[in-house]
This record gives sequence, structure tokens and C-alpha cells, in this order.
Amino acid sequence: MNPVLLKIIVLLGILIVVLTLASGLIWLERRLLALWQDRYGPNRVGPFGLLQVLADMIKIFFKEDWIPPFADKPVFVLAPAIIVITVLLTFAVIPFTPLVQIADTNIALLFFLGMSSLGVYSVVLGGWASNNKYSLLGGMRAASQMLSYEVFMGLSMMGTVMLAGSFSLRSIVEAQRHMWFVVPQFLGFVLFLIAGIAETRRLPFDLPEAESELVAGFHSEYSGMKFGMFFVGEYLGVILISVLLSVLYFGGWQGPFLPPIVWIVLKTLFFICFFILLRAAMPRPRFDQLMSWGWKWMLPLSLLNLAVTGAVVLAMRR
Amino acid sequence: MEAIFYIAAIVAVLATVLTVTRLNPVHALLYLTVSLLAVAVVFYTLGAPFMAALEVVIYAGAIMVLFVFVVMLLNLGRHTVEIERSWLSPGAFVGPAILAAILVGEVSYLLARSGTLTPPVAEVSPHQVALSLYGPYLLGVELASFLLLGALVGAYHVGSRRAQGRTTVGSRSDRTGLASGGDLVRTGADRPSGAA
Repeated sequence: MNPVLLKIIVLLGILIVVLTLASGLIWLERRLLALWQDRYGPNRVGPFGLLQVLADMIKIFFKEDWIPPFADKPVFVLAPAIIVITVLLTFAVIPFTPLVQIADTNIALLFFLGMSSLGVYSVVLGGWASNNKYSLLGGMRAASQMLSYEVFMGLSMMGTVMLAGSFSLRSIVEAQRHMWFVVPQFLGFVLFLIAGIAETRRLPFDLPEAESELVAGFHSEYSGMKFGMFFVGEYLGVILISVLLSVLYFGGWQGPFLPPIVWIVLKTLFFICFFILLRAAMPRPRFDQLMSWGWKWMLPLSLLNLAVTGAVVLAMRR
Repeated sequence: MEAIFYIAAIVAVLATVLTVTRLNPVHALLYLTVSLLAVAVVFYTLGAPFMAALEVVIYAGAIMVLFVFVVMLLNLGRHTVEIERSWLSPGAFVGPAILAAILVGEVSYLLARSGTLTPPVAEVSPHQVALSLYGPYLLGVELASFLLLGALVGAYHVGSRRAQGRTTVGSRSDRTGLASGGDLVRTGADRPSGAA
């Protein structure tokens, strides 16, 4: 087949699957939370309540899309788009299977870091443009939280880069043929997992939108589809971090018996469920605890991981 | 690739001009971010993907977010827009415009003399960047780390003294209603009541 046509099909396929999965996660999250909290969750619309998402979508499209008169209009409109665009762009460098990948660059991991740091703008600008004190507080929390956790997110991934000898995600997956990197890089895996949760602003790191103290934080003023964009962006982020966890530490598409696409989907779904379990199980920390935890524990630990991995890799090469 | 280079370059120039002329500080910072992203694309088309990625991660993603953060913290409002308007008189552009015109002239002369406009494209991989950083330019890396360590110690010093000062002198600054930080905060103090 024409390679350009193939690429376009892959691109559209990834886009459709990822967006559908992101909206499907709303249903999955509500059902799983209900399961762990000993109740039913949405079970009325369609089989197992699956069509609940569709009903929600129709509702959110018909909601009034209100821009507050005191808001900074252009920035207010721009903010929710940024998060969706940056997260979707990152999917371009993810190797789902040997065939399903849009772009294999030798800076894939850096591209992910760059896009995730641009994603911060969405929340920060949303909070600022709303011109509302609660939103501003949420935006400032988001900025400081995500900046601090991004620092060791990059550092924690460097262990896998050293072992694989490349920033390319495909090479990283192929380097795990004999052993998943979660074994030699267990500390790195834990650090990246924590940083990833902080990056997606999920509980226990959802302080920017802490509803008990900041109303809804940075998206207090958002309604209709703009609010929906923030929501979809958050779920896309969850999928992205889950895929990256399986690619970086759990061998990506590799696994016995089943075809590659099944393996990557299974691994990703496992981490998505873990994200939802965290939300069901964890309380929200205080903001200063979150920050000091990040700088006083996570950063030194990731530096230690980096130094030890470097030393071991160097010693093995000798 | 050449077309992408020129489009990105034009975007960079336009965004930078808009950065200077915007009155609202946050809008100006956003245009500066766009300009940095455009420069990242320029780096990419010139065959330096690693530099492009670092430009996005460090400049657009970290440093500019900090700028936005500080501007948000200072709560610069309508008052600042008026100050900016008074600063941005046409006269203020004369000096920079002359200097920039000289540079533009030089660049166009160089481009015209070399004949071809295509930049040399040879992709530099992250591996090569690392080899030259820790090979011939090791001294530069060491000096940069010296500088960063110095900045770190300095920041720690400033931070610890501020915390100490709050316990002893804090009551005085509370009484006078003056926020610490001097000029920076004063420009943003356009709150209706007037704290003092």
C-alpha cells in the first residue's frame, strides 16, 4: 500500500481510538469507583450503562458555553485547547506496535517532556484568564506543582535512556526484549509513576482543582464544551502516562502468545485502572506537603537513581 | 523543509514584534512563548532536533512558565497596561529600529553574497551532542555547573534570610502595609482600597 496513505490511516486510527477511549474512561472510572465504594454507578443507559457517555456528550454539547464578561477572552478560549493539542501530539511518537506508530524520532522522549511542559500553560492560563481568585489560586498551584514534578520526571526516565542508549521509544522497547526495565529500574518506575500522576493532576495530586477549598480551581469559570476539553485532556493524559509506563518499563508491545496490539492495550488498561484505584483509595495531601515531598524526597531519589544507574552501566561496559 | 524553515522564521519574527508591542504582560509572554516554539522549529529544520527539543522543554516549557507564574503572582492589572502604554511611545522604537535595520542589512548582504539561501542540513543526533559536550567542550559544561551551583547557593541564602527576617521585622512591615519586594510589587498594587 501507498506509505503515505498507510500513515494517514494509522494517524486517524490512533486519533479515533484514543479519543473514544478517553470518553469511555468516564464510564470506566465511574463504574470502577462505584465498585470500590460498594454501589452501582451508571447502569441505566444501554448495556452496563455504556451509553451513559453518549448521553453525557449530547448534554455537554447543548450546554450554554458561557464566557464570563470579566475574563480575558482570547486566553480563556485558548487555554482548554492547549492541553488537548499537546497531549494528542505526544501520541505521535508512541510506538504502540512495530507497525502502529506515527513518527519514530530519536528525540521522542524529549518531545514528550516538551509537550507535557507546554501542557502546563493550559491550566495556568485557564486559571489566570478566568479572573477569579479561586481559579488564580488553582492555576498557581498547578504551575508550581507541575514545574516541580516535571524536574524529576525527566530525571527518572533517564535511567531507561541509559540502559537503552537512545531517546527513541522504539529502541527503548526493543532493548527490553530479554528483561523489562521495571526490574533494573524499579526506583525509576516508581518515581515516574508518581511524577506522571502529578503531571495529569489526578488524585492525590489534584490540588489545582481541589473542590473542597478552591470550588473547582482553575476551571471554576468554564462551562459547556470548554470544560469538556479540560476533562478530555485529563483523561487523554491518563492514557498517555499509562501507555508510556508500559512502553518505558513494561516492554511495550512485547509479550508471549498474544499479538502486540493486545499486549499494549492490556498493559495500558492495567495502569488506567491503577490510576482510578488511586483516586478511590487516596486522600488529598496538603499543598506544602506535596511540594516538600517533591523537592526533598523525589528529586534526591531520582538523582541517586540516575547516578547509580550511570555507574552500573559504566561498570558493565568495561 | 526550506518552506517550513521560512514559515517558522516569519512566525518567530512576527511573534517577537508582538511580544514587544503587547501592553498586557501575559499576552506579551504568550507571544514570546510562540516565538520560542518557532525558533525550535527553525532549529529542527536546520538539522538540530536535540536543540529543538531542549528549546521547547527548557525555554518554552520551564522558563516561560516561571515568567507567567511570577506575572500571575504580581497580579499586574489594568494599571500596568497604562504604564506600558506610556512607555511604548513611537519615539522609544527609534533606537532599536536603527540597530535592527543595520542587522537586517548585514544579514541580507551575507545571504545575497553566498548566493544560495538553503541552509546546510546535516542532522546532529543527541549522541553527537553528548560526545562534543563531554569531549572538547567539557570545560564549558564544568563552568556552567559552577555557575548553577553558585546560583543555587545564592537562592538558598536569599530564601533563608527572608524567612529569618519575617520573624523579627515582619511586624513592622505589616504595620506600614508595605509588601517586601520593592518596586516589583508596587507597579501591580492597583487594588481599589489602597493598602497603606
